[in-house]
Amino acid sequence: MPKLSAAIRHSVAFTLNGVPRTVEVEPRTLLTDALRHGLGMTGTHVGCEHGVCGACTVAIDGAMARACLTLAVAAEGCDLRTVESLAPAPGRLGVLQAAFKRHHALQCGFCTAGILMSLDTYLRRHPNPSREDLTLVIGGHLCRCTGYAPIVAAALDAAAELRGTSEHPEDAAHA
Amino acid sequence: MGIQGERFIRPSAERVEDAALLSGGGRYIDDLGVRPGTLHAAIVRSPHAHADLLSVDKAAALSLPGVAAVITGADLVGVTAGLVPALRVSVDARAIAVDRVRYVGEPVAIVVAADRYRAEDGADLVNVRYRSRPAVVDPEAALGEGAPVLHEDAGSNLMSDRRFRYGDPDAAFAAAAHSLAVTVRYPRNTGSPMECYGVVAEYDPHEDAYDVLANFQGPFSIHAVMARALKVPGNRLRLRTPPDSGGSFGVKQGVAPYAVLIGAAARIVGRPVKWVEDRLEHLAGSVSATNRVTTLTAAFDGEGRVTALDWDQLEDCGAYLRAPEPATLYRMHGNMTGAYAIPHVRIRNRVVLTNKLPTGLVRGFGGPQVYYPLERLMQRIARHLGLDPLEVIRRNLIPADAFPYRTATGALYDSGDYQRALDDAARHGGLADLLDRRDAARAAGRLYGIGFTAAVEPSVSNMGYITAVLTPAERAKAGPKNGAQSTATVTLDPVGTVTVQVASVPQGQGHRTVLAGIVADVLGIPAAQVRVTTDLDTAKDAWSIASGNYSSRFAAAVAGVAHLAATRLRDKLARIAGAQLNIRAEDLVFGGGRVSSRTNPDASLPFARVAATSHWSPGLVPDDVGAAIRETAFWTPPELTAPDAEDHVASSLCHGFIFDFCGVEVDRATGKLRIDRYVTMHDCGVILHPGMVEGQVRGGFVQALGAAVYEELVYGEDGAFLSGTLADYLLPTATEVPDLRILHVESPSPFTPLGAKGVGEGNCMSTPVCLANAVADALDLDNVDLPLTPAKLRALVAEADEPPPPAGHRSAAPAAKAGDRTLRGAGATVVTASPEAVWALLLDPDVLASVIPGAHGVNKLSDTHFTADVTLGVGPVKGRYAADITLSDLDPPRGATLTGTVSGGLGDGGGTGRVTLEPDGTGGTRIGYTYEAAVGGKVAAVGGRLLDGAARVVIGGFFAALARRAGGADRTGPLRRLLAPLLALMGIKS
Repeated sequence: MPKLSAAIRHSVAFTLNGVPRTVEVEPRTLLTDALRHGLGMTGTHVGCEHGVCGACTVAIDGAMARACLTLAVAAEGCDLRTVESLAPAPGRLGVLQAAFKRHHALQCGFCTAGILMSLDTYLRRHPNPSREDLTLVIGGHLCRCTGYAPIVAAALDAAAELRGTSEHPEDAAHA
Repeated sequence: MGIQGERFIRPSAERVEDAALLSGGGRYIDDLGVRPGTLHAAIVRSPHAHADLLSVDKAAALSLPGVAAVITGADLVGVTAGLVPALRVSVDARAIAVDRVRYVGEPVAIVVAADRYRAEDGADLVNVRYRSRPAVVDPEAALGEGAPVLHEDAGSNLMSDRRFRYGDPDAAFAAAAHSLAVTVRYPRNTGSPMECYGVVAEYDPHEDAYDVLANFQGPFSIHAVMARALKVPGNRLRLRTPPDSGGSFGVKQGVAPYAVLIGAAARIVGRPVKWVEDRLEHLAGSVSATNRVTTLTAAFDGEGRVTALDWDQLEDCGAYLRAPEPATLYRMHGNMTGAYAIPHVRIRNRVVLTNKLPTGLVRGFGGPQVYYPLERLMQRIARHLGLDPLEVIRRNLIPADAFPYRTATGALYDSGDYQRALDDAARHGGLADLLDRRDAARAAGRLYGIGFTAAVEPSVSNMGYITAVLTPAERAKAGPKNGAQSTATVTLDPVGTVTVQVASVPQGQGHRTVLAGIVADVLGIPAAQVRVTTDLDTAKDAWSIASGNYSSRFAAAVAGVAHLAATRLRDKLARIAGAQLNIRAEDLVFGGGRVSSRTNPDASLPFARVAATSHWSPGLVPDDVGAAIRETAFWTPPELTAPDAEDHVASSLCHGFIFDFCGVEVDRATGKLRIDRYVTMHDCGVILHPGMVEGQVRGGFVQALGAAVYEELVYGEDGAFLSGTLADYLLPTATEVPDLRILHVESPSPFTPLGAKGVGEGNCMSTPVCLANAVADALDLDNVDLPLTPAKLRALVAEADEPPPPAGHRSAAPAAKAGDRTLRGAGATVVTASPEAVWALLLDPDVLASVIPGAHGVNKLSDTHFTADVTLGVGPVKGRYAADITLSDLDPPRGATLTGTVSGGLGDGGGTGRVTLEPDGTGGTRIGYTYEAAVGGKVAAVGGRLLDGAARVVIGGFFAALARRAGGADRTGPLRRLLAPLLALMGIKS
């Protein structure tokens, strides 16, 4: 990795939700700030900035990652996905999102984007999760409103529905 | 007038809020754009619990490109005042320190810069000099002789001392067969919403007016406090809230001081200023619930019937008394007898200040602090008399035929059937099975216990309850305060669609969904045709002091007033339609999107056409109806009267009932608490949306689980704050949450328009003590305080398991005092150089510079006094510090004492160490050392878990480097040399 000067801004290029994007950042700029304030993608939230709460979770090259612990310059050339990618079309919801809505799996919605991204990433690789598997994935996030039970229920419901649909065909084929 | 299809309850209604929130389309405060030219603020905060503020050097920060201003408390003296509490005391409760700091995290300066990164760079360069003072963190110690006084003008740390008497408690205690007391030290915790505070403020000098956007949650009585603190009339503080807010649980009331600070900063820099709080700031500097020391004594008979209670409550509000405090202490005043018919009550309420974060609203608000002693006491009474705890609860419950029931302290309980709730819960919650499980577990030698709790959950606070802190004479002079105005506005637009605006300021509770359903039902149209807005603008929307989202007032008050506004509008529309159809308004029904004759379905008009009439054809509106375009309703319940001359306080309007029981097992080896089953029975009156009620109960339960087992805002004895990250302040995750069985019975409230009562706070009141009662049952304890951490329970198990020591025997190692954070350590190393050579090295600044970890340079001020610049990292926090080291007790070449302090932007520390040099008999030297140190500031708050290890690494590293410099001890094998760095990291000498 090249050494970047702290005195100037650098252009970082990556694919964001399938679209090539570039953003100007300082070497120290966090990926959360680059997404939110550099690119206006405010769906990724900042809850603690020390990697515990999980609200900022995004997918980087198909793996879940805390955007608050990632420098934006480290995302150069990566494939990023955020919560804005989950809906199949404006005004519609994907399977996982719809399950959250059905089960009242959110209240204030602040932690939700991160939980959705962790579950989406996980379910693409593990189409047959147990309740315990999903509880562990959700256990990497803090939600202060729901008490978690409806989130686990929504995740289980979504996993079952996804097995019967083709929403993740390319990933399920690898699993 | 017919009301057709009026149902209000939509079990499966999905929330209108959700689609945007699930798609990244929420509009939280940090998602909203700001005006061009807006500057960003970072706040410099005190690392000291108590210190004089000697000077703030802004120069270095101001020289940084992009930094626009550094604003201190002194700079704001002219433009701001304090946030006055409900009590007249000589405490200047400003939002920023002026000449003294009184808690860790107190704002000291605001750095305003072009962006947040530069503002934080600037904050690091602000050089603040302090002279530390002794701190006091314990509320009882704060009242002691010689305790440090936080506010000398107030005379002492005691802010209020009121005594109350209801019935004849003296006679009841004198006549009682039994009496028993519990003392409870309820710890500090907080709501910790996932979104922190945010403020965007600007100031218009031409109109002397502030425009502040903040994720504030109410109560809007605080608007008056904020305007006063900004020294403007109310109409010159326009306060707005964002459309979405990421949780609050009461805590976002506490953004008020920051709204004042950022508003004042915007005024000084002449530009809009934005500030978003980070998590460390939130945990250290937002709002905490009060900690409270309570001694509760009961008089009771041989059957366990309680005749009198004596409450002695000592409330700790932290370093400043800020509005609305001391409300936490009085919110429950009408409920001090809980769910029980206890006629005689004595209360002493004291409010004390300590060197901790000022307190404010946190979900449960005063309830956990009251029910913990009350329900522990009920269990203790059962234990004392050898009775079943459930039977003792049952014998004392208010009888079902007594409602509405006036409690001894003045609340009017609206409705309930507590006995039925108990019976239903026991039957449907499987109590008999749980008792069998306890028997089986105990027979197998396991530590299993069952806990019970009965609690009354108050909702819709009387805005006048806080005046109970004043004497009746003081109240009479100030005039009565009472009521709880709620308000809603329903508007018809020119195409006949409906908009509802309320001042309820939700943070995810689904108010928009519920209100759309209620108004749609009144008007007979689909819910999708009603749009609800809940973001508030004090300059344009209807609101009052009781507005906001607190005291579980939505279902009981806000939903009801929306119904009232919609009904008034519907009645006008009926008369307009009646005039056009030539039918009496009373004979019309609203349903299916039409206004129709009750008897002749052919005589009808589309709702939209009737609704649009006042816009397009006012000539068709009967003269005495007036425009049917917008209806704003206000509603305040007549039951919420002002406290009377005998101090009876109708503190809340509605009173739900909760009965909880649970079975828990404590692991004998680890002390871990396993919740086998938890059953919670609720009576919250009419349930408006079952899915959302379940969400409130589950969410409240898990917060209560956190407060009971995991969470505590910890302060050291010296006032250092030790819970600065979410790895220190532990919130429950999905893996810690047990199965929860939720049951309901329904006693509609006769006092609310829809019969609903609040439900959001109950488990925060009932669950901590229910779990504690179960633990007390499992471990056979008389006393247990929160949190029920594994370490605490393990120690209690060990105490019970170990035989008592023989008489006269003293424990070899007394347990460390609570709050003692001293880091202690010792080590030794052997070097080939002689003691004289090592001694010379120790006094050589060049040598010290090369062996002190992270030293950039050492200055020798005298033979025994050195200063140095060092860079040290503890966990995630790496910073530069100024070190000052003195050598004393010199005994060349055998020993010396090193006393040192380090200070820097991230914190400070101090300690002493004794170094001994002994000949090892082969020409070399054995270097031994012991040390004691303490660390404060940000380092302690975020790195507390790591400090002990870090101290060992740093100090061990010093001696390892010294040993290398002195020729080392090359007597170790290759494997040990290889492992040495690893061993050093673990604090083991190499």
